[in-house]
Amino acid sequence: MHTLYNFVSGPLAWLAFIVFIGGSIYKIVTMARLAKKKDSAVYEYWDTGFALRSIAHWSIPFATVNWRKNPIMTLVTFAFHISLIAVPLFLCAHALLWKEVFDINWWYIPDGMADVMTLIVIGACFYFAGRRILRPDVKYLTSTSDYLLLLMVVMPFFTGFWAYHQWPGYRMMFILHMLSGEFVLAAIPFTRLSHMLYAVFTRGYIGSEFGAVRHAKDW
Amino acid sequence: MGEPASKIEVKNIKDIGLDEGVARLTPEKIETVVNDVIDNETGARLKVYVDTCVHCGLCSEACHYYLSNDKNPIFAPAAKVKQTLWEIVEKKGKVSPAFIRRAAELCYTECNLCRRCAMYCPFGIDVAYMMLIMRRICHKLGVTPQYIQDTAHSHSATMNQMWVKEDEWIDTLFWQEEEAGEEVENLRIPLEKEGADVMYSVIGPEPKFRAQLIYQAAVIMNAAGVDWTMPATPGWDNSDMAMYTGDNEMMARLKKEHFETAMRLKVKRIVMGECGHAFRSVYDMGNRALGWKMPPVEMVHALEFYYELFKADRIKIKHKFDKPVTLHDPCNVIRGRGLHEMARYVVNKTCATFIEMTPNREHNYCCCAGGGVINCGPPFRDKRVVSNRVKADQLSAVKKKGVEVCIAPCHNCHGGLEDIIHHYHLGLELKFLGDIIYEIMEKPE
Ligand code: SF4
Ligand code: SF4
Ligand code: SF4
Repeated sequence: MHTLYNFVSGPLAWLAFIVFIGGSIYKIVTMARLAKKKDSAVYEYWDTGFALRSIAHWSIPFATVNWRKNPIMTLVTFAFHISLIAVPLFLCAHALLWKEVFDINWWYIPDGMADVMTLIVIGACFYFAGRRILRPDVKYLTSTSDYLLLLMVVMPFFTGFWAYHQWPGYRMMFILHMLSGEFVLAAIPFTRLSHMLYAVFTRGYIGSEFGAVRHAKDW
Repeated sequence: MGEPASKIEVKNIKDIGLDEGVARLTPEKIETVVNDVIDNETGARLKVYVDTCVHCGLCSEACHYYLSNDKNPIFAPAAKVKQTLWEIVEKKGKVSPAFIRRAAELCYTECNLCRRCAMYCPFGIDVAYMMLIMRRICHKLGVTPQYIQDTAHSHSATMNQMWVKEDEWIDTLFWQEEEAGEEVENLRIPLEKEGADVMYSVIGPEPKFRAQLIYQAAVIMNAAGVDWTMPATPGWDNSDMAMYTGDNEMMARLKKEHFETAMRLKVKRIVMGECGHAFRSVYDMGNRALGWKMPPVEMVHALEFYYELFKADRIKIKHKFDKPVTLHDPCNVIRGRGLHEMARYVVNKTCATFIEMTPNREHNYCCCAGGGVINCGPPFRDKRVVSNRVKADQLSAVKKKGVEVCIAPCHNCHGGLEDIIHHYHLGLELKFLGDIIYEIMEKPE
């Protein structure tokens, strides 16, 4: 158990970070190069002002027609994404890690709040899965990989929650927590989770086209 | 007459262009062509769009096909990509002729390229762009619907959409000049006038079927004292069905001819008639195919031109048009150019009662004729009309509020809405904005 723990919290964690950061840079750079070569329009029509205008609208809940048309989905998806990013970054225990490993002082959120946010992530994953099963149009688009992605995302939160509350077997859960977290991190650049990397560019590009060329709103 | 169709069956509709095209395909040919297009003509955008789509279905409700067909999942925008490019990209082109048959019918007749869904996807994924890539593949495979292919052939043989010969074109203009001259003395349709301020260009069907629109335009130009001209040579037609079949080479040739005609005549700008797809071709797609970021000659759509004329008080009206009207927003000049407020300005200047449909402006529903769908002809007519029940509902809602006339400043929209009005027994009159202006303006004697 101890060696496993050391391995997962040491070399494997480093590996996950390297794959995540290296992979993300690699993905963005190759796409940027490919775009330069084959889709020069993307650069020609890119307009930072209009790109930001579009990104801003889509980053604010209920600021677009479609967010307003789907109030529940909007609330869930915003709560989910905020929690999904805030908990791993600002959990007190993680902040201590930042301090320990890199000697940087980091903000942290109170544990009770982190607990609630973790439940939000878990609940949201169930909501997304439910949508995939119950809504015919979403079901039609869904493939097995979509469920696997949800599972991958929910695992670190579920196991973290378990370990934090020291429920039976929590030592094992803790190791699973680190493992699954590292796995998700490393998977971001190479799965559909890469929407996290690309969203700014896709939204920004269509925002530029709508704003600068077509003089129309895109929200 | 039986009950009008209200549901569409999802099956292959007979079309000689699609059927015979597919009969000639082999899996090897498909693979070669697909990979040629994917490797050489697409790049990061397609890859990122395919990778980024999280299959959330938030775009579904954007599409009138989906909404009108009882939310049948196969008509959701992302579902259209799933049935075409996802599969093709995933299998690296190893798909069957039967797959191409369905993909072709889908990309040509089940999407108007109206780009409404790009405003509903949180990532701004452009499904219309992907449907155009699918069309490009089909064009290169020789699998295109017969009717629209005929117009594309006409473009390549005559540089206009309707097989209009050069002398027929000039004759038509003379004929319209003569007719208009009976109403307004000394009225001219100036041909080939070098250095005029404006070159007026129209779409192929105008001289063929709607010559009175040229007459009306001449009267408006005359009354407003515009220094204008029309070309006597090919290049007069701004329409472009090649853009919609996926024949990008032909699209570029057409636009080149159009721009060069304007340059030869040394005009300051091109003004085009009330057409949506032609505007997209000149302002957005054709110029890009030629390597011009923006059109090399300034060009404005009729809506903007009318707006300028009214703003500058160059047209006087006798009285406002008195039947209650509504306005259909053509996507290609609204989502494509943001002319919605200008259109409303002109409508309010010319009509006494204007009642809005909802949703409107950028959020309008397409007429379901656009993107070349109406040009795919009678075999797909029912599908197109049934797939726009939401537009019929919009129209019938304003009719209940008293609307008698629907203004549709786009040729395609006209065709599409005409069929919808007829099919759903809506009893509305359809007009171009030019029709209204012509009717109520003060004309010189
Ligand atoms: S018809 Fe319009 S809304 Fe529907 S998929 Fe095509 S572009 Fe999107
Ligand atoms: S295209 Fe956009 S809105 Fe539609 S399913 Fe994909 S990510 Fe969701
Ligand atoms: S025909 Fe009209 S409504 Fe339809 S796509 Fe074209 S401009 Fe839009």
